Amino acid sequence: MSTLEIRNLQVSVDTENGAVEILKGVDLTIKSGETHAIMGPNGSGKSTLAYSIAGHPKYTITGGSVTLDGANVLEMSVDERAKAGLFLAMQYPVEVPGVSVSNFLRTAATALRGEAPKLRKWVSEVKDAMEALSIDASFAQRNVNEGFSGGEKKRHEIMQLELLKPKIAILDETDSGLDVDALRIVSEGVNRAKDANNLGVLLITHYTRILQYIKPDFVHVFANGRVVEEGGPELADKLEAQGYAEYVGN
Amino acid sequence: MSVLTTNILVPHGREEDWRFTPLNRLKGLHDGSAAVAEHRSLSMDSEVTPGVSFERISRELLLSLSLTDDAVMNRVRELSSDVAVLKIAANTEVSSPIHLSRKTFDLNAAEFSRVLIHVGSNARATVILANTGDTLLAEEIEFKVESGAHLTFVTLQEWDAKTVHVGKHHAIVDKDAMFKSITVTIGGSVVRLLPTVEFTGPGADAQLIGVYFATAGQFFEHRIFVDHCVPNAKSRVNFKGALSGDKAHTVWIGDVFIRANAEGTDTYELNRNLLLTDGARADSVPNLEIETGEIVGAGHASTTGRFDDEQLFYLMSRGIAIEDARRLVVRGFFSEIISEISNTEIQDRLMQRIDNELSKVGA
Repeated sequence: MSTLEIRNLQVSVDTENGAVEILKGVDLTIKSGETHAIMGPNGSGKSTLAYSIAGHPKYTITGGSVTLDGANVLEMSVDERAKAGLFLAMQYPVEVPGVSVSNFLRTAATALRGEAPKLRKWVSEVKDAMEALSIDASFAQRNVNEGFSGGEKKRHEIMQLELLKPKIAILDETDSGLDVDALRIVSEGVNRAKDANNLGVLLITHYTRILQYIKPDFVHVFANGRVVEEGGPELADKLEAQGYAEYVGN
Repeated sequence: MSVLTTNILVPHGREEDWRFTPLNRLKGLHDGSAAVAEHRSLSMDSEVTPGVSFERISRELLLSLSLTDDAVMNRVRELSSDVAVLKIAANTEVSSPIHLSRKTFDLNAAEFSRVLIHVGSNARATVILANTGDTLLAEEIEFKVESGAHLTFVTLQEWDAKTVHVGKHHAIVDKDAMFKSITVTIGGSVVRLLPTVEFTGPGADAQLIGVYFATAGQFFEHRIFVDHCVPNAKSRVNFKGALSGDKAHTVWIGDVFIRANAEGTDTYELNRNLLLTDGARADSVPNLEIETGEIVGAGHASTTGRFDDEQLFYLMSRGIAIEDARRLVVRGFFSEIISEISNTEIQDRLMQRIDNELSKVGA
């Protein structure tokens, strides 16, 4: 049982015009097995929240705390956060030229598990994960995210989620750019990871569409750098009907 | 042709061709002050197969095929007593690579070495020259690639720390012939190589690719020249370099000359440098001179940058420690070129050496 606690998190980014505050005090608690949807308009700070928790150097934490089972996440390096059990499925996964998917996955699994996975077992593990996400076998020899279609990048992210078995996963607009079939395949992958590892999920999205496949226990409306309303799955239906208009413009 | 070498001009450093080279570290290769070594280090390690011969021919019997105004090359022509000749007869297809090597440990005297690699019409071969040891070497390798022939030439500078190596690798590529060179420079104190190409028939194709990795104090220069002097020839140049440590210095010059009669030329050259630490310097100068507009394409690009923070973040967000993430990125950067060497043993050896250099500087 793991708990990710975000308390009064304040984050700014450096711009040409000085530091700009993006997150203005975010409070969230995500436990193993729970699925939290964060919904909000573009520019509300949803991605900043995701990248700040993962430790992207672009963001400066100016206040508040993030702990995973009591351990101070904000003091950890990026790789230490992953080792502690955090995972970020990125909206724009990065190309790494010359590094094959297979080499990348094995290096990551070795780092996270503390020892190199046994080769034969690992090969079948990867093969199964790829088949489950309808990823072609040739994928393993391609360079990480290089020349991948939008859908391939997202499937690759979720394949990592399944293989690397984090405690808490943040999915940053994993649904963007996916057609209906790909959305279903990717969502099934997330649900498998939830069932297999009692994963806690922080699902960041703009649209309610993905929530038909990944059922949230809690919905948080995000606007202007903070959570402005919270509720159960019914809140998503309200947003679907009414949009974000009532939350923005303040 | 005979070249008069009694009055070789000594470069002083202000000449365009020498402006980057630290002449004071050349151990006299350029000004005649180096003692001339007796040894001839080049050996053939592969078994001789039908259609392949390797022998030494007196220099009087084999004149150089190209012109040069390079001071060190003129000394090579003057001081080498014979020419090592690797010959692949016309229509011979050599299935496995021909391995040549130099392995010398002598820093007191300089070797001046002339080599000719002659590939007859429609022959196909891969030649791999591995340089190890610690030595002072001035070398001229000429390639004569006859019509329709394909030659891949791999040269590996895996020297120890004190080597000074100045070389010109000049390919003469005839009609419909293909010359591909893969130049790897990861060892030595000063290495200055001139991979150059001259086309002698239409439809000729040259691909010059390479990698270099300079660590503290090393100077590696690659000065490319492709002379498009015939119509419808194609050339591609792609060199990638990494630098780390104080006073690591690399120079890449890519000169491409498209002469007035070279209609239908298709050329592109690319140089990318990765600066791994402060204190290193990468000079990169692409140069395109065009005398005709009737070409298929001509372009160049040059970039020099640091680690991509987004790449490192992505890898680290999967639990990979920063040193391993950097190693992956550097290996990936080089692998585009290294993977072109059709020998996995050599690929692994080079990657291992690159890993070792990386861990030395703690990058």
